[in-house]
Amino acid sequence: MAVNDTLEGTHKIIESAKEQEPRINPLVPSVNDFNQELTTLNLGPTHPATHGIFQNILQMDGERIISGVPTIGYIHRAFEKIAERRPFYQITPLTDRMNYCSSPINNMGWHMTVEKLLGVQVPKRAQYIRVILMELARITDHLICNGILGVDTGAFTGFLYLMDEREKVYEIYEEVSGARLTTNMGRVGGMERDFSDVAIAKLRAWLKTFPAVMAEFEKMFNRNRIFMDRVVDVGGISAERALNYGFTGPNLRAAGVDYDVRVMNPYSSYEDFEFEIPVGTKGDTYDRFMVRNEEIWQSLRIITQALENLPEGPYHADAPHYYLPPKQAVYKNMEALIYHFKIVMGEIEAPVGEVYHSVEGGNGELGFYLVSDGGRTPYRLHFRRPCFIYYQAYTEMVVGQTLSDAIVTLSSMNVIAGELDA
Amino acid sequence: MADQNESIPAQEAAAAQDPAAQKNAQLLSLLHGLFGEDTFTDVEEPYGLLTATTTRERIHDIIAGLQQDQQLQLNFLTTMCGMHFPEREGQELGMVYHLHSLTQNIRLRLKIFFPIADPVVPTLTDLYATANWMEREAFDFYGIIFTGHPNLIRILNVEDMDYHPMRREYALEDGTREDKTDLFFGR
Repeated sequence: MAVNDTLEGTHKIIESAKEQEPRINPLVPSVNDFNQELTTLNLGPTHPATHGIFQNILQMDGERIISGVPTIGYIHRAFEKIAERRPFYQITPLTDRMNYCSSPINNMGWHMTVEKLLGVQVPKRAQYIRVILMELARITDHLICNGILGVDTGAFTGFLYLMDEREKVYEIYEEVSGARLTTNMGRVGGMERDFSDVAIAKLRAWLKTFPAVMAEFEKMFNRNRIFMDRVVDVGGISAERALNYGFTGPNLRAAGVDYDVRVMNPYSSYEDFEFEIPVGTKGDTYDRFMVRNEEIWQSLRIITQALENLPEGPYHADAPHYYLPPKQAVYKNMEALIYHFKIVMGEIEAPVGEVYHSVEGGNGELGFYLVSDGGRTPYRLHFRRPCFIYYQAYTEMVVGQTLSDAIVTLSSMNVIAGELDA
Repeated sequence: MADQNESIPAQEAAAAQDPAAQKNAQLLSLLHGLFGEDTFTDVEEPYGLLTATTTRERIHDIIAGLQQDQQLQLNFLTTMCGMHFPEREGQELGMVYHLHSLTQNIRLRLKIFFPIADPVVPTLTDLYATANWMEREAFDFYGIIFTGHPNLIRILNVEDMDYHPMRREYALEDGTREDKTDLFFGR
């Protein structure tokens, strides 16, 4: 009886299947469905092509993007809150972790903000050393961005060439600060140590070898037909919209606005150096790529000038209240011990006031708005993170383009998740 | 500490020679001309950056007016952020706006303060596209409500968070711990 029941049941299923429209594969929508339905595509949060953790929910009409909803905050670490409980020198490691492709710029920007608040004058040699390190950081930042853009268009070779060069710059960082990626470099009042002979030798060697590699990279990409087809007129933004969106840095300059903090509000002796600000015309992915390439050459010019004219003298300010004394002196010298204790315990006297200082970061104007009530920690610290501000334009830039264009646009904007989410 | 014996005219003469102070004095007179003298209170120049406090009723008009003004061209919103001063009765919450003129290289800082019980501020998203996420951030951190904002939801924290973490009543350390007092280690 059980056997009969089963057979009858099977029979019914086969009969009902015959009544329906024949379909080759029920999982694949029919031709009619394509004309009527939009596809919702989850790009991210962990997608290998986004190089960071951010989600975009895209509405797709076939291959075209109709609209997008970006979600950020996946690696939010509440730096602004944490900074309200830390003495000034303990905030430097937080800045490392914002734009981790160019940590030294963040570090120096923070030190300069505190120096401005405290009224500390940094000697010329320290300023030049800072300029060299900041420009090295800018080069590594742009190397990553442009190398990855190559990878996203299918050209892996250039990326590998550039990674090799970035490695050499990291060795210079290591010589100067002991760290490679999150450098925690410099101190309030100057540098923690002078350039050693090894650091100078490594820098000179790198300055000799790097231009040839960079020239080869440019030769591979700049006029490459396949590459240009992928990036020209992709993800463009007009100068007017870019300004309205608060763009700064290479992304704004690619749109044709020559705003550079290093020139408009020079800090750390940038006025001593001769360099040019490259600008683009259309603000598309190709312009951003070319502006970054040219900025690498200009940074090399600055480094060469700074190294040739590196002044003699102390590498930190004579400000014992704020600058950590050398460890040897702490063990032997009473004053050094007292100052060491006061600084480490956060007992230094900070004036009441508010200060805004900005530096030209790898991605644009990196600003620090510091409100001090005279206490050991900032009362309020706000980071103006260029990535956070310009990433909101992403949706507008990719609507109407294809998914593969969206990937290269994201890549060329150089959105760094750490800086985006802080 | 400034020299107490120095006479006030001498200080004014010194200020007149300082180009940054001159620039700020010019900017302030232009602002007074545009929006009226009584619009701005607490005018200061901390570290050379002209800072003025105004009211939330006027802030939108002022920033719109500065954006349109051809002489100043203060049409770049560098950044804006919230603040919290619990001890200021009726003025607990604040917003700070940094404006920048890229053609003339003038910076201006505007502040508004308002009670925490009524944290409502007009949005700037109709003037600046960049204000969108900055205002969402201020809402997320401080619970400031921007009227007219197209999409005022949390941006960095999770959606189901039921407090605004940057307000000063939320201590960073676990409040139940007794082994870490603030006596020696900070506020």
